[in-house]
Amino acid sequence: MKRRYLALAIESSEMIRADEFVDAVWGAVSKMFGECGASQTSLSLISFDEQKSFAVMRAAHTAIEMVRAALATMTKIGNKPVAVHVLRVSGTIKALYRKTKP
Amino acid sequence: MRRTYADLHLCADSDDSERVSSAIGKASRLGYGLVGVPFPTKCADAQFDRVRKICEEAGMELASRVDLRPGTPEELINGLRKFRRRLDVVAVLCESKSVARQAARDRRVDLLNFPQVDFRRRFFDAAEAELASSSLAAFEIDVKPLLVLEGAARIRLLSSLRREVETAKEFHVPIVVSSGVSDELLMRKPSELAALTSLFDLDGTPARDAVSKNPVAIVKRNREKLGSGFVAPGIRVVRRGKDC
Repeated sequence: MKRRYLALAIESSEMIRADEFVDAVWGAVSKMFGECGASQTSLSLISFDEQKSFAVMRAAHTAIEMVRAALATMTKIGNKPVAVHVLRVSGTIKALYRKTKP
Repeated sequence: MRRTYADLHLCADSDDSERVSSAIGKASRLGYGLVGVPFPTKCADAQFDRVRKICEEAGMELASRVDLRPGTPEELINGLRKFRRRLDVVAVLCESKSVARQAARDRRVDLLNFPQVDFRRRFFDAAEAELASSSLAAFEIDVKPLLVLEGAARIRLLSSLRREVETAKEFHVPIVVSSGVSDELLMRKPSELAALTSLFDLDGTPARDAVSKNPVAIVKRNREKLGSGFVAPGIRVVRRGKDC
């Protein structure tokens, strides 16, 4: 299965924890595409930097548009207003870090 | 050639310089090259100039826009007479069928917008699309309700949008996707707007065109018309003088 790595910037006035973020992403994906759709995304968190509000996630390459759409619909994590922006999508982690400045 | 991305409906309060400046700066950082800011119907030229200057400082182009909300077709015609020659983009929020039909057939209207949560008053059907395809109007979709609505309301909206997009494609009506937001945290990148359109079956190149080619073409066409040399589509004054 081909995979894609996404570099994400989390925009919020408050600090977001990794577990909160992952729960919110799964919540957004399953709300938008259902549990069956969410299972096709093969999402997982690769790294998370609380200080820089930067995350790297992995997803199945066939589900990239689904993940992008679900991330764009995220407006809150818990009660904290947020916006999640996709900075870059890459086929390897190495290339992702090389091209992205968190 | 690199695409210019446009958000023709950035609802920044044009009276508040600080907020406009901040919203325009953010739009620039998100990758937009052109923003449309709606101005109130009673707006002084100084206000246009101030916002235009802010845009120039941010390295962006400004499209002045007015949102008409007429109650009757006559009100719409009067509004168009008043604003068409002054602004780059004229959008009409169609809250009744008669207004929707008049707006779709009038060549001075650029964007047809419909109430976002009142699904009975979304009049973009085959008849509306046929009229719009023979004039110049495009179908505008604001993504804000997709971000703020939840549950049944969002499901119904997606269902309406899917049907309307299908109709627009069938009649070759251009689709313009705009943000329609005033809150900066709800602003999204052009690629994210395009991804959101996949939720109602607008994928690939048509989705990217809806945030770049289509809105840019509207602004370009209108600027050409508002230019002093414009005579008719395809005809313009090149030179004036006795030797011509």
